[in-house]
This record gives sequence, structure tokens and C-alpha cells, in this order.
Amino acid sequence: MTAGSAAIDQAGPKQGWFARNHIGIHTALIILMIIWAIPTLGLFINSFRPSTEAFGTGWWTAIFPPYQFTFDNYLHVLNQSNVGNAFLNSLFISIPATVIPIFVAAFAAYAFSWMEFPGRNILFVVVVGLLVVPLQATLIPVLGLFASWGIAGSFLAVWLAHTAYGLPFAVYLLRNFMGSLPREVFESAAIDGASPVTAFFRLALPMSVPAIAALAIFQFLFVWNDLLVSLIYLAVFNPDNLPMTVVIAGLISSTGQGLEFLGAAAFISMALPLIVFFGLQRYFVRGIVGGAVKG
Amino acid sequence: MTDKLITAAIVVVGVPGVLIGYIWATEQVLRILPERRRPGVRPWLWMAPALAFLAIFLVYPMIGTAIHSLQDNAGKVFVGLDNYSWFFGSADALSSLKNNVLWLIFLTVFVVGFGLLVAVLVDRVRYESFAKSVIFIPLAVSMVAAGVIWLYMYQYKPPGTVQTGTLNAAIGVFGAGPIPWLQVQDFSVNTFMLIIVMAWMWTGFAMVIISAALKGINPELMEAARMDGATEWQVFRGIIFPLLVPTLVVVSTTMIITALKAFDIVYAMTGGNLNTNVIANQMYAEMFKFGQYGRASAIAVVLLVAIIPIMFFNIGRFRQQEAVR
Repeated sequence: MTAGSAAIDQAGPKQGWFARNHIGIHTALIILMIIWAIPTLGLFINSFRPSTEAFGTGWWTAIFPPYQFTFDNYLHVLNQSNVGNAFLNSLFISIPATVIPIFVAAFAAYAFSWMEFPGRNILFVVVVGLLVVPLQATLIPVLGLFASWGIAGSFLAVWLAHTAYGLPFAVYLLRNFMGSLPREVFESAAIDGASPVTAFFRLALPMSVPAIAALAIFQFLFVWNDLLVSLIYLAVFNPDNLPMTVVIAGLISSTGQGLEFLGAAAFISMALPLIVFFGLQRYFVRGIVGGAVKG
Repeated sequence: MTDKLITAAIVVVGVPGVLIGYIWATEQVLRILPERRRPGVRPWLWMAPALAFLAIFLVYPMIGTAIHSLQDNAGKVFVGLDNYSWFFGSADALSSLKNNVLWLIFLTVFVVGFGLLVAVLVDRVRYESFAKSVIFIPLAVSMVAAGVIWLYMYQYKPPGTVQTGTLNAAIGVFGAGPIPWLQVQDFSVNTFMLIIVMAWMWTGFAMVIISAALKGINPELMEAARMDGATEWQVFRGIIFPLLVPTLVVVSTTMIITALKAFDIVYAMTGGNLNTNVIANQMYAEMFKFGQYGRASAIAVVLLVAIIPIMFFNIGRFRQQEAVR
């Protein structure tokens, strides 16, 4: 607490309902928090309830005794609905599709930051422009490419696609970070006879770890949560390679699945993003804030 | 399954290895060149992988899509603007376009409004980081999972039976409903229900960016106003809000793009039925349901053209930023 906020607290009544720690602020915020939490909480509780219970009563009845919780819904979706396989597919898709663009982007970002060449600014403006290109404008020709290379439906196709789609943001974020590193470091390295390769691996890369972490989380969540790319490049060609998102979307439209089963499947798919989120929230937030074209 | 595991392991270790090897190899290649020419060639070798990816998977396909939109669905015959006149003459496509406009307006207003509200509120309490986490969590899950979560919120059972969906049970307490939320087409109620799901997800995004901008405001400005007897509300209206406007504009552009590209929520929750379709889903249907690649390309071009103003806006902002650097 600074002296400034103490002064505000003293001025209390005059500041009205909008003041720090005013009861109105707490009420409004807590109502908002409850509204934001209830949808997830409700389905989470329901995913642990026996179907017979979930069919006849709302999730809120389960908060009170007698307690009847079960893992059956989770076991059911893992065994019956291909969800276990889909979970592994999501991993196989996401990890390479996160690792590859980071390396490709880091090289380009380093060149954009610390090498002089004609057209550097124009080229980077093109990257900024590509940030907002809708994937839809690329789907049909890229699908044609994958088909002619014989890789439609393979993991390779989605790795390549996700790498390219994630690159503009990756290059943008890393270049902004690398470009703000102190110039003297690279100059003195050059004077000491370090090659650009050495300067990159020994200086630029280690110093950029916070930005790389933010980018890794971002790209991982983007790929893990993606529906469209897998739907276009995998779904039609190879049902064995489908990730969680496509499988769950399929379960929704197929009849006869109770929402408690769908809920279990959804929470299996959410487990990893939530772990990443809670473990690395700080980097995630930094990525969002750094990635916005700042005002 | 084990083949997949082996492949993935090879890729995760091998691809970075290959890429690092590539950069090392470029330096060996550069040694062949006379020393004064090296700095001119080196950056292009470093950027080559990225430029290749961008050219092959973004730039070339955009041009290809534009050309395809002028051809028939087999991609052989030039048909001029036929696909576009189909698009702007088809009731389905226009309904999708109308829904995208609803998405654009209401998603942006909702997300920026609530993002600002939460950012300003959390700034005034001690449990700021906890409150932020609660609002922010939905952004980490997939839109498909969010769709499942909200299908349960919107669940409808016939009148007279126990309502297990949260929303219908809640209004039932007041004797209202039940309402089949995702089936009410009057006033596009079902589309609004889908927009709410997306807004629930993205409010945390707006909150985080606005909150960062809020922390960047010089506290002395606000202190001075308070010393002069301004109320907190006057401080907000006179100082905080005007300084946040550029940030709100940036968040709005992001939300406009998100609204125009909306696909997953609609695909997962309604499949675009009952007049909830949007153009991204329309394009998907033309592509895979009807095999109309020409029409699908025309829709993609419409989407791209709608986003181009924002592209230039972003470039303009970026240039300003660089000028300050």
C-alpha cells in the first residue's frame, strides 16, 4: 500500500461507489466471477455424476448430500469413443507443431533484428500484414498441395500448416523482443570475433527465453485447441489421426450421447491446456500483451 | 500407435537438429564467398525457411484462392464473377453475412465492454490476480470444449419436466421458461446465444490487455486529480478512459477479426442450422458438403476483403510504433 492509496482510503465517503475497496466494487466483481465460473463448474460437476442422476436433476443438486460421484463417464468415453486415441493424436500434432515454428521464427526474427539488408522494413511490414490473414483464404490451394504431395490426412500436413499459420505471430513477437535486447551485447560479441551463429545461440536465444516461453504456450494452445485445420487437412482423409477437438465435435452431433459423457470428454481435452495455463499464466499473459499491436 | 510415437519423437528431436544444422551449414557456405559479400547474403539464408513457409502456405494460396474464385468448381473454366453473384444472390449466404455482422458488432461491444469493466474493477481490489484468473480461464480451452460447456448451460427439456440446464432452471425459479435457447430464431436469439459463448471466452483477453494499459498510466495524473477533489468516477471519465482509448481500439480490431472468422462455436453447437450460419461455416459446407470449390473460394475472398482494412490499420499502427522506437 502506497501513501497515495492511503490518502484515497481516508477520503472514502466522498469518492463514492467507484472507490478502491468499496462494497459496490466487491459485489459487482464477485457477481461477474460467479457468472464466469458457473458454466465450467456446472459441467465439471455433472461429468462426475451417474447418468441416471444427471438425466433427472441439475448439477447443483449434487453439491448437497447424499454424494453420488463416479468416474464412469470418463471411463466410458475413454473406452468407447476413441477419446483416448484422440488425446494422443492431439499430443502428436501439437508438440512438433509448437517446436518447429519456434526455431524457424527465431532465425528470421534474429535476421530482422540484428542484420542489415535492403527491403528489411518492407518485408517485416508484410509479416505484420499476414498476421490477420484468415486461414480460410488458404485452405483450398494448400489442400491441393497436400493432395499432390500425397500427405493429405497425415500428421506431416498439419505440422506444416500449423507452422506456417503460426509463423507471422511468432516472427512478430520474437523480433519485437530480440530487437529490444541491448545493442552493445551483440557489438562486443562481434568485436570479440563471435560469428552470427555463435551470437545467436549463445546470446540472442538464451536472452529471449521469456518471449520464447510465451510463444511456446501460445502456439501450443492454439494448435491443441484448433478445430478447422484438422477438420480440413485430416478429417476427410484419415479418421485415425483426429485430435480431441474434431472427435468431440463429432460426438456432439452424433445422437445418444448424454451431456455428462460429452462433459467428461471435454474435460479430458481441457486438462492439458489448464495445466499449461495455471503453471505458466505469467508467460501466457506476456504473450498476449506483447503480441497486440500496442496502442 | 507406437509408430506414431516414434515418428513424433524423431520429429521433435530431429527437426530442431536439422534446422540448427541448416544455420550452421549456411555459415560454412558463406565462407566460400568473399568477405564483403557475406553480410548481404547471410540474412536471406537465415530467413529462407520462414519465407518459404509463408510463401508456400500463405501467400501462394491466397493468390490461388482469388484465382479459383473466378473459376467453376472443377477449377477449369473461367466464369468471371459468377461465384460472387451467386454469393450475393443466395438467401443462405446473405443470412450468414447478416449473422457475421451481428457477431462483429455484439461480440466486439460485449468483449471490450466487459473487458474494460473487469480490468477497472480488479484494479481496485486486493484479490486482483485471483479474479483475473477466473475471468481468463475460458480463453485457455478450445471452442469445442466451450461449446460443450454451454450446451449444458442452454440445455432444454419440455415444460413440466425438471430443467437440468442451468439457464432454464435459473429462469424457472422466477416462473419463466423453459426456452429452447439455441432454437429460437426470432430476433436471432440463437445467434446471440452463440455470441455469448465466444464473449465469455474472449473477455479475459480484453481484460488482460486493458489491465496492462491501465497499469501503464502515470499514477501521479490520477493522484493530482484526486487531490483537486475529483471523485473516482470523474477520474475514470476524465483521465483513465481517454488514455485507454487506443488500447480499446486495438482490442476491438482483434475482436472484429475473431468475429469475421468465427467457425468452431457454430460448427460445434448448432452446425449452422436454424439460421445461425456464418460465412466461415458456409465456406466449409460449400467445400466439403457440396464440392463447390469455386464458390467456397469466393466466400474466402469476401472474408479476406472484409479483413483487409484492419490489415492496413495494423500496418499503420506498427509504422507509428517503429517511428517512436
